Amino acid sequence: MEYGFTTAAYVVAAVLFILSLGGLSGQESAKRAVWYGIVGMGLAVAATLVGPGAGYWLLSLILIAMGGMIGYQLATKVQMTQMPELVAAMHSLVGLAAVFVGLIAHIEMGRVFGMDEDARKSLEGFAALLAKKDGVEIAILRVELFLGIFIGAVTFTGSVVAYGKLAGKVDSAATKLPGGHLLNAGAAGLSLICLIWYFNSGGFLPLFLMTLAALFIGYHLIMGIGGADMPVVVSMLNSYSGWAAAAIGFSLGNDLLIVVGALVGSSGAILSYIMCKAMNRSFVSVILGGFGGPAGEQMAVEGEQIAIEAEGVAMALNEADSVVIIPGYGMAVAQAQTGVAELVRKLRAKGKNVRFAIHPVAGRLPGHMNVLLAEAKVPYDIVMEMDEINDDFPDTDVAIVIGSNDIVNPAAQDDPNSPIAGMPVLECWKAKQVFVSKRGQGTGYSGIENPLFFKENTRMFYGDAKASLDKLLPMID
Amino acid sequence: MTLTEHEGWGIFRVKIGTPKELFEGEARVAMTPDSATQLQKLGHECVVESGAGALAGFDDASYKAAGVEVVKTAAALWKAADVVAKVRAPNDAEVKRLRDGQTVISFINPAANEKLLEQAAKKGSTVVAMDMVPRISRAQKMDALSSMANIAGYRAVIEAGNNFGRFFTGQITAAGKVPPAKVLVVGAGVAGLAAVGTSTSLGAITYAFDVRPEVAEQIESMGAEFVFLDFEEEQADGAATGGYAAVSSPEFREAQLAKFRELAPDIDIVITTALIPNRDAPELWTEDMVAAMKPGSVIVDLAAEKGGNCKLTVMDQKIVTDNGVTIIGYTDFPSRMAAQASTLYATNIRHMLTDLTPEKDGVINHNMEDDVIRGATVTHEKAVTFPPPPPKIAAIAAQPKKDAPKELTSEEKRAAEVAAFKVQTRNQVTLLAIGGVLLLAVGLVAPASFMQHFIVFVLSVFIGFQVIWGVAHSLHTPLMAITNAISSIIILGALMQIGSGSGLVILLAALSVFMTGINIFGGFLVTRRMLAMFQKS
Repeated sequence: MEYGFTTAAYVVAAVLFILSLGGLSGQESAKRAVWYGIVGMGLAVAATLVGPGAGYWLLSLILIAMGGMIGYQLATKVQMTQMPELVAAMHSLVGLAAVFVGLIAHIEMGRVFGMDEDARKSLEGFAALLAKKDGVEIAILRVELFLGIFIGAVTFTGSVVAYGKLAGKVDSAATKLPGGHLLNAGAAGLSLICLIWYFNSGGFLPLFLMTLAALFIGYHLIMGIGGADMPVVVSMLNSYSGWAAAAIGFSLGNDLLIVVGALVGSSGAILSYIMCKAMNRSFVSVILGGFGGPAGEQMAVEGEQIAIEAEGVAMALNEADSVVIIPGYGMAVAQAQTGVAELVRKLRAKGKNVRFAIHPVAGRLPGHMNVLLAEAKVPYDIVMEMDEINDDFPDTDVAIVIGSNDIVNPAAQDDPNSPIAGMPVLECWKAKQVFVSKRGQGTGYSGIENPLFFKENTRMFYGDAKASLDKLLPMID
Repeated sequence: MTLTEHEGWGIFRVKIGTPKELFEGEARVAMTPDSATQLQKLGHECVVESGAGALAGFDDASYKAAGVEVVKTAAALWKAADVVAKVRAPNDAEVKRLRDGQTVISFINPAANEKLLEQAAKKGSTVVAMDMVPRISRAQKMDALSSMANIAGYRAVIEAGNNFGRFFTGQITAAGKVPPAKVLVVGAGVAGLAAVGTSTSLGAITYAFDVRPEVAEQIESMGAEFVFLDFEEEQADGAATGGYAAVSSPEFREAQLAKFRELAPDIDIVITTALIPNRDAPELWTEDMVAAMKPGSVIVDLAAEKGGNCKLTVMDQKIVTDNGVTIIGYTDFPSRMAAQASTLYATNIRHMLTDLTPEKDGVINHNMEDDVIRGATVTHEKAVTFPPPPPKIAAIAAQPKKDAPKELTSEEKRAAEVAAFKVQTRNQVTLLAIGGVLLLAVGLVAPASFMQHFIVFVLSVFIGFQVIWGVAHSLHTPLMAITNAISSIIILGALMQIGSGSGLVILLAALSVFMTGINIFGGFLVTRRMLAMFQKS
């Protein structure tokens, strides 16, 4: 039985998905783009339910509805600052689903090939698809579903660990079991042996062993990556979940799965690439865990951090003509984005030129800061990218750094031995005056000393970002 | 040498002695009970002449309490001490007491004291000039000039206030309004900056000037206003002269004097601190400026010892001009705060001795390879070693030379563009070729049914790469949420499987459908929520 209608629906869905991703090139078209995606997804599911997935369709619908309710609850309740955790958690679901689907394909394969010719002819649905395959195709099928399960399993545990780290339930520092990357390499080697074994035998044991190895790799790989690299990790997992879907698509012979999997996979890969480039680090070095040891002694930082009170900051802001705000993860943690937005509104009402400078890796997720600022109703046309604003700092009266550290670290440019040497940074120290809102003295997430805090035009505005802003706001007139 | 045998090891302890200063009016002392305690920790013994610290507020009893031997006469002290630490350079009588192998540490002013150096060298004693300590970071702890300059700057303001008939700070009282005093500090070295700090903290409106424009920031950081000149000139880099001022060009000087002339009628207190190493002080505050000042104004000339920045200054005296301007030419400001000055100076001396006793074993190791020790030593082993060779380390990092980025001509730009285009083309062609070969290789072994799917896959990856590059940076989080939602397309697999097979298969498939259901709704909703927030101003 062929499903001409289903195939047609898949083509339409694929086009809609592509449009949906392409539409994200601008804020206004993006609002339309989501609808393309929703319609595409609805079409794909409906066509599958009508066509090849007709068995137990009622059960399927009920399950989708139940899942949908939970998804709705999650999506409406989540705080914007918790976006990274949510995204990571949802990746884990996709990973786990890929593992299950792969396992089913394996079970079905065993069942179908245990039957005789007549019984095969009477099969329906997925089993019927399997029944048509010949020798070479079966072999390829094994490789495909093996890969699908492998990537799915890595995505699953990796995302769970990433979720734990982002939600603060697991220590965000890079930790490795003794043996380090050798363990990962060993597990990967074991998986390779299992692949050959499975390819030849088709038994369940190699598949099972590989699943365990893959689960371990996902766990250990992400445990070994420090918190500062989380933007890369999340987009990498995003990419993996796509590749898992594509691999499953191959094993099921479903083109739409392949198309969407490939789209998501390449999207995540590009995002990872952009993040890595923004940190001037190679993808491999991020994956292989944390910051490498410094090549030599880091430059000693001379001078002292000079503190300032809200009055001083307010005075400087009242006198400034141009202000640039550089938010970081600290702003998200302190939930200070609304305070920042209020400050910006007040300053803009006085005719000052206020802008935001967003580093590509600010926060824990690509584009994290943009979302938070948007939530606080900061107009997006005053939110600038690093390349757009870096040249403007020398003409800026006041730069305010709120909860960011490495992305404004001059050592990246001055000190060839710094672990972040060569990473592009926001050159806020070129502004006439810099205020750093920071919880206290200390080197923060990555543990790298920041000479910015010791510069002569820098004043440290200590305290929780939100509390500091609350103190500051009434003084801006 | 009077050396004390030490525990039978054949190692000798060195005795460090401090005599009473002979220079008239000098109240400072080079060793305090505190510094003596520290010196003893280096393995040295300490000895002072009776009454040496009396003027600075340290009596003999407190020295004794610190374990310092007190001797009655200067002669006995010079005899007993292997190292003599002093404040003022030894006078003729003291030089006569020098002996072979003895070390003297004090201010020397070697450029003006050649005779002293020759005599000391002839006698075979080593002389360490505290005023010759190089200005490098490592030597800051023994930079006695700076610690004395700091005191001088502070005291200059206090002295000025003492002779100035008004408040420093402006006040509005029931008895009338008092305008704030205006203070001009010329020369923003250590003394100048100390004066700026003292003056601003007393509430005066403070202006400061220096020929080195790079100190403007330091001046402003102390709360004073930097006096800018309307003058364009390539300024000598302060770093080239060890952080000291260099002689300026006549044009610059003219501009500077013109500025001062303009300021003079308004200024109540002038504190001049301008010195150029090994030269007479430059004249900066001319007689006509003094004449232009209001009666009751005060000038404190910290350069009086080198002839003064004002020609009317009389060294060591306070004079009042015909128009009622007080000019203070004291040269003993640190001595006027003897307790403070002695504490700081004794600590500088102690640091010097710490460097001279690297092993902390009471043995002086006069290492002439050390930049700091070499620089400060003016006679050693019967030879005059002044002036020292230039230090190996630059005192202050040289200002980086800023090269203007080279303007490219249009041809060069064009050539660069063409080259970039060629590289890009080559990379792209290489990638395509490799990709094509790989595809062919796969096609050779894989069956046709697989290849159909594979082509779809490759094209999709390609489309993905093309599309994603266009996504705005600020929308990366929504992008991740939406890709997360559509990666739930894996639900299709579960849907296809749920109707096939039984038991375990149904359970696993149902779970997958359920989980992806969460994802689809959650992902899209969150994306919509986020995008709805983005708005234009």
